[in-house]
Amino acid sequence: MEFKTFVFYFLAVIMVFAALRVITARNPVHAALFLVLTFFNAGGIWLLLQAEFLAITLVMVYVGAVMVLFLFVVMMLDINLDRIREGFWSYLPVGALVGILMLVEMVMVLGGSYFGLEAMPAPPTAGEGFSNTRELGRVLYTDYVYPFELASLVLLVAMVAAVALTLRKRKGIKYMHPSDQVAVKREGRVELVKMQAEKED
Amino acid sequence: MLSLSHFLILGAILFAISVVGIFLNRKNLIVLLMAIELMLLAVNMNFIAFSHYLGDIAGQVFVFFILTVAAAESAIGLAILIVMFRNMRTIHVDDLDSLKG
Repeated sequence: MEFKTFVFYFLAVIMVFAALRVITARNPVHAALFLVLTFFNAGGIWLLLQAEFLAITLVMVYVGAVMVLFLFVVMMLDINLDRIREGFWSYLPVGALVGILMLVEMVMVLGGSYFGLEAMPAPPTAGEGFSNTRELGRVLYTDYVYPFELASLVLLVAMVAAVALTLRKRKGIKYMHPSDQVAVKREGRVELVKMQAEKED
Repeated sequence: MLSLSHFLILGAILFAISVVGIFLNRKNLIVLLMAIELMLLAVNMNFIAFSHYLGDIAGQVFVFFILTVAAAESAIGLAILIVMFRNMRTIHVDDLDSLKG
C-alpha cells in the first residue's frame, strides 16, 4: 500500500470513529471534544488533497474559535443529562435504517467507475514554487471579490446579532456613563463661593 | 492509489453519520448544532475533492464561503440558545411548547 493511501485510511478511520462518538456521546462536553478531533482529521485529509490554506483555516477557525464557543456554551448551560437522552434508543432503529439506506445508495453511485481513477485520473503534482494560498488569494481578490466582501458583511451581521441577542440590562446595578464623564465641564464640578474674610482681633 | 471515490465515500459516510445524529439527538439542541457542523464538513470534503481532481480552484473558494457562513450560523445559534436558557431556565425541546394552542 502506498504511503498516501495508508495516511488517508488512518485519518479516515479516526475521523469516522470520532464522528460516531459525537452523535452518541452522553456528555455534550465529550461530544464537542470529539468534534474537535473530527475537524482535526478532516484538516489532515484536506492536506492530502493539497488544499493547505483551507486545512489550516479549518483548524484555526473551527478548532480555535467555533469549538471553543461550543465548549463555552455547553459549560455555561445547566443541562439535565438524563432528560436530553430521552428517546435516544427508541429513535435508534429508524435513524440507523435511514442512515444505512442513504449510505448504501450514495456508495452505489459514488463507488462506481464514474469517479474511479480511469474516469478521473489524479492531477499532476504541482510544480515547485506553487502555492495554494497564493492561488486562492489571487482568485478570491479578483474574480470573487464581491462575494468576498459580502462574506465579510455576513460575519459583521452575525457578530452584531450575537452581541445584540445576548446583551441585557440588569436592574439594581450601578453603571458608569463614560460619555457623561467625558462631557463634564468645569462648571459642573467646581463651585466658587464668596464669603466674608474672617477677622482675628 | 487514491481516487476521487475514496474522498466522496468518506464524505457520504460523514453525511450519513450526521443524519443519524439528527435522528438520535432530537431532544438535545447542542448536539443537533454539532451534527449540522458535521454535515457541512462532509459537503466541504466533497467540494475540495472535486476541486483537486478537476484542477479547478473555484471549489476551494466555495468552501471558504461555506466556512464563513457556518461560523456565523453557529455563533447566532448558540446566542439564541443562551437567550432561551436565560428566559426559560431549560433548553429541553419538550419544554418549548408556548406556541401550542
